[in-house]
Amino acid sequence: MLYEKHREQIESTLARYPADQKRSAVMPLLYLAQSEYGHVTKEAMDEVAAILEIEPTQVASIVGFYSLYYDHKAGKRRMQICTDLPCALRGADKFAEEVCKKLGLKLGETTKDGEVTVEAVMCLAACDKAPMFQVQDADGIHYHESVSPEKPMTIEGAMEILNGYKGK
Amino acid sequence: MGEHILLRHRDIPDIDKLDVYIQHGGYEAFKKVVTTMTPGQVIDEVKASGLRGRGGAGFPTGVKWSFLTKDSFPRYVTVNSDESEPGTFKDRELMEKNPHQFLEGVMITAYAARANVAYNYMRGEFWDIAVKILGPILADLRQRGILGKNLFGTDYSLDIFNHLGAGAYICGEETALLESIEGKLGQPRLRPPFPADKGLYNKPTVVNNTETLSNVTYIMQHSAAKFRENGTEKSPGTKVFCLSGHVNKPGNYELPLGVTLRTLIYEHGGGLPGDKKPKAVMLAGASSTVLATTDDILDMALDYESVAAKGAMLGSASVIVMDETVDAAWLTLKTTRFFKHESCGKCTPCREGTYWMLNVLERVNKNEAMKADVDLLNTVANQIQNKCLCPLGEFAIAPVLSSIKTFRADFDAHTKDGAKKPAPAAKPSAAKPPPKKDPASVGD
Repeated sequence: MLYEKHREQIESTLARYPADQKRSAVMPLLYLAQSEYGHVTKEAMDEVAAILEIEPTQVASIVGFYSLYYDHKAGKRRMQICTDLPCALRGADKFAEEVCKKLGLKLGETTKDGEVTVEAVMCLAACDKAPMFQVQDADGIHYHESVSPEKPMTIEGAMEILNGYKGK
Repeated sequence: MGEHILLRHRDIPDIDKLDVYIQHGGYEAFKKVVTTMTPGQVIDEVKASGLRGRGGAGFPTGVKWSFLTKDSFPRYVTVNSDESEPGTFKDRELMEKNPHQFLEGVMITAYAARANVAYNYMRGEFWDIAVKILGPILADLRQRGILGKNLFGTDYSLDIFNHLGAGAYICGEETALLESIEGKLGQPRLRPPFPADKGLYNKPTVVNNTETLSNVTYIMQHSAAKFRENGTEKSPGTKVFCLSGHVNKPGNYELPLGVTLRTLIYEHGGGLPGDKKPKAVMLAGASSTVLATTDDILDMALDYESVAAKGAMLGSASVIVMDETVDAAWLTLKTTRFFKHESCGKCTPCREGTYWMLNVLERVNKNEAMKADVDLLNTVANQIQNKCLCPLGEFAIAPVLSSIKTFRADFDAHTKDGAKKPAPAAKPSAAKPPPKKDPASVGD
């Protein structure tokens, strides 16, 4: 169970907020649950609710509201390509399309081996390093960016990065 | 400009290391204010500097602090490091590369506000900055007695914690940010009461942007007068300009407020790729009025007043440059898709309005619309204006209304009855009465 397994971490998280404001820890605890279970399961929501002494439905609403929490299973990791305006002006849509072609899937789909789900996402605050993507996995969220306009992220480079995550 | 004030890591290697930062006078300003100044004196100095909020609104920082409700405690400082405006990537560099100057600014601000706890609200995507950079630094500062109880032998105590968001642009709105820290949906509150009166946990709270607080360190290290050596009378200081889109050298440029757009794009950004002509520019990220890059606009000074005089906003100075090949109908499809996704759903005009704007724009971009649909788009956008709790709705319509006004021909070129015979840009749809149609009946 989440609390038993991560007691120390959960207690230190709770200690950051006033004693009567436990609910403030819902976001860090959801990240913890997601890292533990791959996605936020129904049971995880109940566990988080119990720790914070709030209703499971309050936890579920947080999972639904914020983009980085997931209530369903997908690939072991998510490759999230920014295709917002500044990145799109530097070829991000075409980049996303080519990544999909290379992996033989459409945006939102998962590779057959279950390794990676590819998604197009909103601005990631890396507009000067387009095209770029982030990888969200059990260890958190990590950026992978172009070096410069002269050395943009290539499809080969992206595939190499994805391969580097395998087995992690 | 000589040495950087905010992007000091570009002049001083390893300034992200605590010892190097201390060698360069780091944390002396914090020690000075805690041991020799009253909170009121700090507020007065920041007021005198004329520093204005760098997150977008440009509100005078010291004045904001002076609104804190008297004799009401505890108080909180929350930093807005949510940085989610498309085209903005400055706070990330400040926290990643020059983290101590930022944190010292948070500490000085907390002392000025008489707060003992500060939360740094970062967008969830900044995970690695929180976990690998700021987290270890905060632990180090606690160990060295720069954070903690009875600092420098006084009775002042302070701790700072990171709080990661989880992918919601709306949490950059200050009251939504507070709701989010409280463990609720990130939806804006009705104001007043303002955070300075009833903020986090209903207590007086200061909310400031990351870059704003990096400036506070400089002001208290030197002086308000020294800070004013850069920039203009009403917009003093330097600003980190985020330059993106069609420029040869996109990136962050720290320049005095009042620099011209032409200097930014051509001298610093290296001009446009392939020597193409610029068509349009957005100065405040996706939530901008789209400006045609006439000579008048290119020679405009980038400070809060000069930009406002042209009917636009400097905002967070997120300058997106677009060359002559960019289609305004496509550009607004991109921005509208963003705002439709990020509308928090609380206010109906924004929730429904962004949905229907996207619906119409998708049809326009698929060449399935009529010219009347472009008028309809204009109408829907106008119905969002001034009807919501926060500015997200206003942000969503700014690029749409201005693009239709300035680049109407781009939209008409996609329509069945307007293709190949575009209406001249000088005759926008405003001349016609808007169709009196309920936007909810548009879909077919």
